[in-house]
Amino acid sequence: MHIPDGFLDGKTMGATAALSVGGLALALRQLRRNLPRRRVPLMGLAAAFVFAAQILNFPIAGGTSGHLLGSVLIAVLLGPGAAVLVLTAVLIVQCLVFADGGLLALGANIFNMGIVGGVGGYAIYRCVQRLVPGPRGVVMGAAFAAWCSAAIAAVLVAGELAISGTAQWAIVFPAMVNVHLLIGLGEAAITVLVIVAIQRTRPELIDPAAPASGALSNRQIIGYGMLISLGLALFVSPFACTWPDGLEKVAGKLGFAHRALTSPAPMAAYKLPWISSAPLGTSLAGAVGTILVFILAFVVARVVTPRTATDSR
Amino acid sequence: MPFRLDPHSRIQSPVHRLPAAVKLAAGLAILVATVSTPKAFAPVACVLLAAAVLSRIPPLFLLKRLVLLEPLALGVAILALFQPHGGRIFALIVVKATLCLLTVILLSNTTPFAELLRVFRRARMPALLVTTLALMYRYLFVLIEESERMRRARACRTFAEGRSRAWKSLAVVVGRLFVRSTERAERIHAAMCARGWK
Repeated sequence: MHIPDGFLDGKTMGATAALSVGGLALALRQLRRNLPRRRVPLMGLAAAFVFAAQILNFPIAGGTSGHLLGSVLIAVLLGPGAAVLVLTAVLIVQCLVFADGGLLALGANIFNMGIVGGVGGYAIYRCVQRLVPGPRGVVMGAAFAAWCSAAIAAVLVAGELAISGTAQWAIVFPAMVNVHLLIGLGEAAITVLVIVAIQRTRPELIDPAAPASGALSNRQIIGYGMLISLGLALFVSPFACTWPDGLEKVAGKLGFAHRALTSPAPMAAYKLPWISSAPLGTSLAGAVGTILVFILAFVVARVVTPRTATDSR
Repeated sequence: MPFRLDPHSRIQSPVHRLPAAVKLAAGLAILVATVSTPKAFAPVACVLLAAAVLSRIPPLFLLKRLVLLEPLALGVAILALFQPHGGRIFALIVVKATLCLLTVILLSNTTPFAELLRVFRRARMPALLVTTLALMYRYLFVLIEESERMRRARACRTFAEGRSRAWKSLAVVVGRLFVRSTERAERIHAAMCARGWK
């Protein structure tokens, strides 16, 4: 999901950079106030942990393998502000040391995975956890949030690529989102298994009653909420409702000299029949999938939550 | 063998001796030029080639890194093919992405990360972020080796394992790694305090 350099245009890079600087500033301000001094080294160690955990490969069918992304796991373990800081550090090191993910696209990557994945995932996790109390709610919330964060990040990546004129929304949206709906399932499974493993050995590290580094204050909820919805409004909404508008924008962005030669009408007619159904189908599949995954998360939470942890609540 | 991500960042060469801030600024300028106009491709390629030769990094190593990272870019670039004039956009993006990749690979392999951190600190990056980056880089290799040890220990004790068992035991390794990281962070904090960290 790391966007390399060369895929985004100037205004997309600028907008995402501004959004992630805003999110990071919010997170740092909260941490400066609430983070105890003795937990400062933990931020660096947690970032190193995410990097090391991403190297461990989980076998999938046919010799392929997947790995943890970790945004929701870190948000559940350390809280939203710390998650933004830790994931930002991970993305910076991945970019500057390993050239994984672009340097100019760093803002987009931090926004998609760190801020939306971390804070957005945490918000979903807390909502579910409020519905289902106790350790079972932790597992269910983490599973659902992990899946959602992968899906939302994929939608954002698709929007950013489409607005930059790199690929058409009708192609990039189904391709990115369908793949990541599946990746999200793996991410949810790994997140749940890791959380259960930690619940078994050190349950005090995941205390559903007292979330790490404090719950979000109203001001922060408004701040993060505005950043995330601004991102969605900028990169997704142009395509979501009036799709030909999006096409025109994309084509206009590309700045084809020869585009004037072909009149727009036949092109739209040739594209629309099969293309307009693809995003719609993907959106429908996404909606149905969300409900299914929510139910699945509930079932999984019933099955895998350690009994001792359930009894002790 | 210790795990290294940037094995050539500490060899001696004219490029390595340049100040980190200069290299970072030059790298950013090259990236911006590459991304903004196709006219920059030829000069940028010449500059990168010169830098690669001067830096005395084995060309095979650069090529290997490029081949390792290129598929990630190609996977997304293929989506660009499905549109009017897709072939041209595809070619543009692939050239752009390759030049950018080479720039960042050269930057990371001619500049030790610690020097980049010093540049960040001077550029007034928030102290908490710099500390986090520094500790992350310092303990990255330690934790990777630790997880590798745990994985090996598990492999030694398991004759044959199905996929679901593999997932479960790998998840235990990851969970254990997090617990060990928190414990290590506490010890590091004590050590930092003992050395006068305020």
